[in-house]
Order: sequence, then structure tokens, then C-alpha cells
Amino acid sequence: MQLKESFAGTLESGDIHVRLQPSEEPGLKINLDSTVAYQFGAQIKSVITETLEGLGIDSAVVNVIDKGALDCTIRARVTAAAVRATGKDVWAD
Amino acid sequence: MSTLSQRAALVEKAAEKLGKAVSHPENNVKNPTPRIEFQKESPKLVSLEEAIRRSGLKDGMTISFHHHFRGGDKVVNLVVAKLAEMGFKNLHLAASSLSDVHAPLIEHIENGVITRISTSGLRGQLADRISRGLMEEPVIFRSHGGRGSAIATGDLHIDVAFLGASSADPLGNACGYSRSENAKSICGSLGYALPDAQYADKVVILTDDLVDYPNTPCSISERQVDYVVEIDSVGDSSKISSGAIRDSKNPRDILLAQKAAKVIINSGYFKDGFSIQTGTGGASLAAVKYIRQSMIDRGIKASFALGGITAHMVKLHEEGLIGRLIDVQSFDKVAAESLKNDMMHKEVSANEYASADEPGSAVHYLDIVILSALEVDVNFNVNVLVGSDGIIRGAIGGHPDTAADSALSIIVCPLLRGRIPCVVDEVTTLITPGSSVDVVVTEYGIAVNPRRPELAERLRAAGLDVTDIKTLRDKGQSIIGEASPLPFGDKVVGVVMNRDGNVLDVIKNIAD
Repeated sequence: MQLKESFAGTLESGDIHVRLQPSEEPGLKINLDSTVAYQFGAQIKSVITETLEGLGIDSAVVNVIDKGALDCTIRARVTAAAVRATGKDVWAD
Repeated sequence: MSTLSQRAALVEKAAEKLGKAVSHPENNVKNPTPRIEFQKESPKLVSLEEAIRRSGLKDGMTISFHHHFRGGDKVVNLVVAKLAEMGFKNLHLAASSLSDVHAPLIEHIENGVITRISTSGLRGQLADRISRGLMEEPVIFRSHGGRGSAIATGDLHIDVAFLGASSADPLGNACGYSRSENAKSICGSLGYALPDAQYADKVVILTDDLVDYPNTPCSISERQVDYVVEIDSVGDSSKISSGAIRDSKNPRDILLAQKAAKVIINSGYFKDGFSIQTGTGGASLAAVKYIRQSMIDRGIKASFALGGITAHMVKLHEEGLIGRLIDVQSFDKVAAESLKNDMMHKEVSANEYASADEPGSAVHYLDIVILSALEVDVNFNVNVLVGSDGIIRGAIGGHPDTAADSALSIIVCPLLRGRIPCVVDEVTTLITPGSSVDVVVTEYGIAVNPRRPELAERLRAAGLDVTDIKTLRDKGQSIIGEASPLPFGDKVVGVVMNRDGNVLDVIKNIAD
């Protein structure tokens, strides 16, 4: 899927800032900077991967700054970034 | 007739009997200098370097500081930089607490100037580095009451205390405020500096407002002071309400504060003449605002408010709702000004405030304390020092002192902070034992320690949402998922002392 660079989210506590960039390589490359990386790093990455793959995005660089967001927030921000990157309204389908 | 010369032999005999010499006052020379000038020649008035030199400080000794300027403190960095410049090594820095502003200590630790630290808390970069193993010797953490006791009993012997004061006269009468026109700073109570002033071998007062003798009424008497050093600034007063203290507009904090207020009102302790203390968290501070109306409606007045005194407390006192303020630390400028101007606003030392072994310490006569927490566990143990990421990020403060000695201790904390759970299986570090915690208030329910069934009964009867603490833990976990364990290393970077002087817990390093 064709991507343009996009982002969603903020750096507020409890939020997550997700920046999506197109990638030449196949696969998702997630760079995670999180205040809760020790305890929840793996879980955050898996939520991001599941959300993007669910939207049909399997190749991208994802730069993430997490301030302790819950899974629902992570899904929402990732989805918003994906919609902005693809121009495709996932909720319209 | 009996003249002086006739009595000379008898004087000599009396002197001999007493083992004294015969006095010759005819040799006395009076100093005719006007005293306003003469006081400027006070032998105590020296430069910082001279004060350090004359204090007899040696490598390996213990120096101490207070933290009344909190994030605005300038004394610790100034003095330690001077000690480094003078070539001192292997010093033990015993501060009442340390914060973000003390990051320059990292360099002095790396260079061997400071090799041991005792404090109530650590924050910021310094805390981060120490948590990762910066120091060979573990940091010794004590509560405020515990530190007072340790100084009084000699467990913590201070060789030289360097105490910042907002005013001092050339003889050393010192205060946390100034009555002069040249006042540069104000921190209010010097409560945490008073044990140091009383027990340290040598006391150096640093001040940014050297005033005329006599600087009375004063917090620290000239009798306890060896040297007075004038410096540009002891601290930035605008930052005394930084650090842990927030006046919250956060809706969740307000909800928690309202719940805590309901707990107080229905606890059975909300009676005329009750006493109260609030901790530093946004919600615990705000709870005071919400009990005010009930005090007015029911005609209830508090006998005293204790601890870190805030503008909220001062307001209630001025309205006649709180009889006296007992202030070990002024949490904002309003409190500091009130301490200066109001006789009923009393300054107390850390010992008089919260020491376990001091029968008259105020915490023994405290009904209600509202405290915050980083974590509470299912056994009601509380951690206020080490974050859920294993990094030191707080201070013990008076938490265990007030929780243990009050009639009712209430912990107020949200169920989650972002993704960090506040109600857990076991606290990362044990600071306040569950045996002294009575009620935990979260936005999802109120848990009462099973040791206090009568309290749970009263709160339930008032229609409050009393629940099991394990239910709260489960609720949090269902939202955040399972946390991976922290990568602790094998080095002990901190030792937590209980207020009785025994060891309570240790903090291990976080491995990268």
C-alpha cells in the first residue's frame, strides 16, 4: 500500500505519538521510545503490529514515542496515523 | 572598714581554694566602636572557603544540608563545588532531601568528592544515575522523623552542617525569611535544618540577606552557629512549590480529593478539635478544600494542622477553622509568609514533628493524615520512593512517620497513572508498612485495611463504595495487561531505614 509520511497523537502523559513513514523494505520496523518500555514494550509493539496489519499495512517505518498509553489509545493513534498515511478512511468501508 | 587592698590576701586565698587565678579587670580595654559597626567585625563572619577551613572539615567526614528551597536550592551545589575545588574527597553528604536541581552532584560523585549519601529522597538525573549503579556505597534513605532520630541518637553524626537561611545577623541568628528591605528569598520553616543546627559539630549559616543584629525572632540561635557566610543567593523561592507539590486542576485528582474528603467526614474522626495533615500529592492537598464546607456546616474546628503547610491550610487557619499550624516545612510562599507573621503558626524541628522516639512529637497527636503513593499493594504496603520502572523518583518524607502514628491514615492514589498500575501485588520498594495504612482511596473504589473493620463499617454506612483491595488490583490489571518483570541487577544502590533506626528494605540497581 502506498504511504505518505504522517503522524497522530501527542506527547501528553497517557498518550502516544505515532509517526508512519514509507519503507523500501518489506515488514514493519517499529522504533519504540516508551516510559514503560521495561514492563510493556513487547505488548505495545504487538498492538501496533496487529493494528497496522489489520489495516493492510505490512511495510512501514513506525517511530513511536509512548507516554504510557493504554492499548485502546495505541490502536486509535495508530489507526489515525494509518488513515492519514494512506488517505483511505478505514471507517467508511 | 574593709578596702579592696585590705581584702587582697583573702581574695588570693579564695582563688587558691577554687583553683582559679586572681582577676585583674584593670587591664580590660573597652571597644568604643559604635555597635552597628562593631557587629560587622564579628569573628563568625567569614568567606565560604574560610568557614570550611576553620570548621576542621576533613576527608571522609559528614556534611549536611536542608532542602527547604526544594527545586530552587542553591546551597548544596555551591558548597560541594567549593569543597571539590578545595580538594576534599570521600565526603558523606547527608541532606534532608535532594531533588532534580542536584544533578551536578553526579560529577562530584564520579570524582570521588562525595562517596556516600543519606537523604529522604532523590529525583531527576541524579536519581536515575544512582538507580543504575553510579555509587559504590548504597544511598541511605530515611524518613524525616527517622532522620531527626538518627541525628539525635548519633546514628547520623554530622561534622559540618551548611544551612541556607533567608536572613542571618553577623552572629548567626538565622531564619527562613527576612524582615529586612533587602530580603532576597523566603522558604519559611527551617524545620529540617534544626536537628543539624542542634547536633552538628560545626554549623555554617549561608545567607543572602545579612541583617543587623539582632535578627529576632529567629529559627536558629547564634549559640548554635559557628560561622556566617554571605552569598548571592541561597535559593529561588519561586520553586519551593515545585517538585512533588501541585495544586491540581486535573479532574481525576479532584474526584479523588472529593472522595478522600468524604472518607474523612464519615470516618468517625471528624469531630471538633481534630487534627490533620496532608501530603504532597495533588489530590491529598485538594482534599482540604473539600472538608472546609463540612467544617463550616457542622461547626467543627480543627485544633491543628501539621506538616508541610500550604496556602490551603493557612486560609482555613485565617478563617478560624484551624486553631494552630505546626510547620516543619512551608510548601509555598503563602505558608512561608504566614510562619513569619502569625504567632499561631509554629515552626518545629523534624524531631518535634515526626520522630518515633520523641514522646511529644506532633505525629503522635495527629488524628488524620492524607497521603499519596506511587504504589500500594494488596497488603496495604506503600511505596513512595521508587518508580514502577525501578528508578528512584521520589522521597520518603514524613510518609511512614505520619501513617504509623496518626489515628487514621488515608492513602489517595489513582488506579493507574498512564499505563502504570498503582495497586499492585507487591510494592517495588517497601516504605510504609501496611500495618500503619488504614484506607486506600482510588477513583474505582475505597479499600479499608482488614485491621480496621469499624472504619469499613462507618464508610459503608455512609454509602461510600468500599471494596476489596484485590478487586482494585484486578481492575487495574484488566486494563493494562500483564507487565514484564523489571531488569534488576545484583547491586544494592539504596537502603531504606525504618523510622526506628532498623533496616526495612533495599533497592537494587536497574541493569541496562
